[in-house]
Amino acid sequence: MNLDPMPATVAPVTCRANAAGLVMARQAGGRRMPDRSGIKAEAGTEQATRAATDTGAQTAWMIAVRDRRDRAAFARLFDFYAPRLKAVAMRSGASAAEAEDIVQDVMLSVWQNAHQFDAARAPVAGWIYRIARNRQIDLARRKRRPEPEELTVEVDPSPDSDQILGLEQEAAALRNALARLKPEQRQMIERAYLGELTHVEIRDTTGLPLGTIKARIRLGMDRLRHELQGLRRK
Amino acid sequence: MNEIRHHVPDPMMRDYATGALDYPFGLVVASHVSLCDECRARLHSQEALGGAALEEAAAADLSSGLRAAVLSRLDAAPPAPAAPPRRSGIYPGPLVEALKGAPPRWKSLGLGVRQCILHAGAEGSVRLLHIPAGQAVPEHGHNGIELTLVLQGSFVDETDRFGVGDLEVADNDLTHVPVAGPGAPCICLAATDAPLRFKGLMPRLTQRLFRI
Ligand SMILES: [Zn+2]
Repeated sequence: MNLDPMPATVAPVTCRANAAGLVMARQAGGRRMPDRSGIKAEAGTEQATRAATDTGAQTAWMIAVRDRRDRAAFARLFDFYAPRLKAVAMRSGASAAEAEDIVQDVMLSVWQNAHQFDAARAPVAGWIYRIARNRQIDLARRKRRPEPEELTVEVDPSPDSDQILGLEQEAAALRNALARLKPEQRQMIERAYLGELTHVEIRDTTGLPLGTIKARIRLGMDRLRHELQGLRRK
Repeated sequence: MNEIRHHVPDPMMRDYATGALDYPFGLVVASHVSLCDECRARLHSQEALGGAALEEAAAADLSSGLRAAVLSRLDAAPPAPAAPPRRSGIYPGPLVEALKGAPPRWKSLGLGVRQCILHAGAEGSVRLLHIPAGQAVPEHGHNGIELTLVLQGSFVDETDRFGVGDLEVADNDLTHVPVAGPGAPCICLAATDAPLRFKGLMPRLTQRLFRI
């Protein structure tokens, strides 16, 4: 058995899009933002618009932080996420002061690890979610959570703005689907994803709305899988 | 590499994403995701849902000084931690990290079977197993769940064949006799959330001696 490194046949660089490509994509494609989440228009238009706007803005802010170390963009991300991160930490039993320490740690990690953000693979919210969960695991357990190795793929010099836009749409649709759950179902999801670090049984008793979430996850998964396969082929 | 056919079950992937998995299973899931694009996509999707829940969460009021305090610390923020280790030979990055960059220190279990314990604690254990081609692992049942990820070679048991990258999830009900396939020795990463139960005296003795 040896641990010799594998021959370096692929460049260890992650694929990235730049902000300019994203803006172009939004100009070209912003009007064709379809609502594929099955939302009844009268019930969810405002929510759907807010989710789509948030998601698009967050991606642009995060890319500005990553590529230009843009403090104003970071401050916008802080204004959106810090109050939510604090509330989530307090729900897990942290005092207000402890929760603000956690907020501080998580947001500084966002700044420090911005170079790892890849808009084509993860929506900003999902990426920050991972950082926040890792922080919570660090506080609760003696051992860190093992993380998958990063993908090593050859660089695609042209940003895949369609992929980024598609992923934003999936993320916004996921958020809409979540907002439309019955209160008890939504609480179940919140307990599983934002609560203590324990297994939460997610029962699908009432069928359809949770089915929508699962369908959304599957759609997002298909999209990401195609993206990953495409990157491997390049 | 052959096509991966056995993946991380949905509830387990969710538990990994939400942080509900303890270290032994977490190491196996992270290792499988390192080898499997499909599960990487599934993990990102789970995290996207966690992110959506975060976006939809109620907001708490912040103390007045917090924003300025965080912004003032950006320059002083320590540099990003070193990137996690990359694959080395048959070992995916998370395993290289668990091995602290060194080759496994194998201990013999007899019959050519070797193991290297990576972690053993109250929440379960995780180890590498090295099984010569064609060799059977003693019949054993489980008090809890056993995860087995193939890193080299293959094995078959009553349920199916498992090749490189495949993950077997065996629960209470499965008492099985995995047999390593022909060719290269089968090397796998195995984790349990409870001690294994071997049938027969010898294996039980072995169990005590070797902390299986
Ligand atoms: Zn898989």
